[in-house]
Amino acid sequence: MKTLIKQDYSLENCPVTEKLFTATGFCRLTFYAPSVTTEAQPGQFVMVHMPASSGRYMLPRPYSICSVDRENGQLVIFFEVGGRGGELISTVEPGTTLRLLGPLGRGFPKPQAGSLLVAGGMGIAPLVFLAKSTTVPRTLIYGSRTAARMACPREDLDLPGLTVVEVTEDGSRGERGTACEIAERYIPSSSAVFACGPRQLLAALAEAAAERDIAAWVSVEERMACGIGACLGCAVRTDQGYMRVCKDGPVFPAGEVNLQDEHTECLCQSGGN
Amino acid sequence: MSIPSACVNLGGIELDTPVLAASGPFGHGREFEVLLDFNSLGGIIAKGVSLEPWPGNPPPRIAETASGLLNAVGLHNPGLNKFIEDDLPLLRELGPKIIVNIIGKNVKDYASVAAGLNGIEGISGLEINVSCPNLKAGGLSFGTDPDLTYCVVAAVRRETALPLLVKLTPNVNDIVSVAIAAEEAGADVISLINTLSGMIIDIEKKKPFLGNRFGGLSGPAIMPVALKMVWQVSEAVQVPVLGMGGITSASDAIQFILAGARAVAVGSGLFYDPDLPAKITGGILAYMSKHKVTSLSELEGLAHTGGDKVEV
Repeated sequence: MKTLIKQDYSLENCPVTEKLFTATGFCRLTFYAPSVTTEAQPGQFVMVHMPASSGRYMLPRPYSICSVDRENGQLVIFFEVGGRGGELISTVEPGTTLRLLGPLGRGFPKPQAGSLLVAGGMGIAPLVFLAKSTTVPRTLIYGSRTAARMACPREDLDLPGLTVVEVTEDGSRGERGTACEIAERYIPSSSAVFACGPRQLLAALAEAAAERDIAAWVSVEERMACGIGACLGCAVRTDQGYMRVCKDGPVFPAGEVNLQDEHTECLCQSGGN
Repeated sequence: MSIPSACVNLGGIELDTPVLAASGPFGHGREFEVLLDFNSLGGIIAKGVSLEPWPGNPPPRIAETASGLLNAVGLHNPGLNKFIEDDLPLLRELGPKIIVNIIGKNVKDYASVAAGLNGIEGISGLEINVSCPNLKAGGLSFGTDPDLTYCVVAAVRRETALPLLVKLTPNVNDIVSVAIAAEEAGADVISLINTLSGMIIDIEKKKPFLGNRFGGLSGPAIMPVALKMVWQVSEAVQVPVLGMGGITSASDAIQFILAGARAVAVGSGLFYDPDLPAKITGGILAYMSKHKVTSLSELEGLAHTGGDKVEV
């Protein structure tokens, strides 16, 4: 008798239903992907295969799930166009079908009241999904270098119970400073921290949360090939040795993962891949 | 006319189709369970298993290159005992024949892994990965030297009665002499090729991109290199050849068979398309029908003799 290990992901052809450049160089793609949306949890991701028409041998690319509409089977990914994969994917038009593998990985735990969500740049993508998953009082710090790079539309973050604090390094939108500086003000009064963004930001948040003994979860990135835990290409160093970002993560308890190592940023749609 | 059969005998291993999953990218198989039709795979070569757990290399471990994939995973694996306890029971339920790829840091390690797999149910063969760095020879891989290759293969041969595949590295001056050494030491099948050594540099950080600096290149970029080596080795040895290296279509696979391979394996190609084994098996059968061939033995190495006579 064959004992299948139940895998809750699938590989399906999914039509693109909408494409929107929310700012120059920032692409939001919506797919009809009911088999993914029914299972997807905030913090999980999908592997998006290259358009068949491209005829190129390129690996599928991992993208955090930015939001889902379960009723209508709609799934949104949101990324900065950069690197060969993202560029190719951003050229598809609604009606085109791409293969999607997902939902993959371990997501965030459910945020309780008083949670602090911190997004650096395109780290906003999985945090939109997380912010939408609850109505308890929670705060989102959304940081970026400059206003032109705050690509997430304001209406996406207009959610019941959510306080949004915008911050830019040049002060062109919201407060002036870094997401980390602002977060440090909020951490002492927060119940838990959920973050996605550059490793430097995650490392600083992990330290600030640990000092006050506040639980923190971070979503980390690494180059991937299979996305399902087979190839061991996306290793990250943790307390228990190397673990797989795609299967054991991408969300890890902040204290357990080494955030100082050499790494590449590519899961969270931050271009460059 | 009878129906074409894709069955082959690979060094004593009966395969329903001549397509295998190469050791490495496929891990231990179970992750692909929902993505792949296992009936389309004749065999699965499990990811390299060492006596003790190996931690693997520091990240980043992979990078994409033009039509290729550069990896420095570093043979990260849980070790023999965990493999037998956790991975093997699931692997053998998948259906295809299971071949275990074995690795070591010295000759004794390889032999110990082979010995440790004796009497374990559900293993159809062993594949020796001679590309591992040999600690006694300053990290140079066993497979770069015919004498060292002979030692490893002979030592494993003494420990096992299972069909023995030996997977060669292409990073050598003369792969034929290594293949002959492996055959003389008791190999039942020669597998080739492993990845080609390479690197890329991060121009912003001004340093090698991979944590391990150097990695192994796979993917369609290396297919012509692999094909030529399969051609050369199949001319020089009597045992069957398992051809691999950048196969991404039935046409690629057929080229390997015409070059002299008994069967083929796919690795990185599975990342681009998990349907690849099914497409290859289907494509081979269609090709056989079109060319009025009922057994793959009629095609094996056919390109060496000039192929079909021109029909008048």
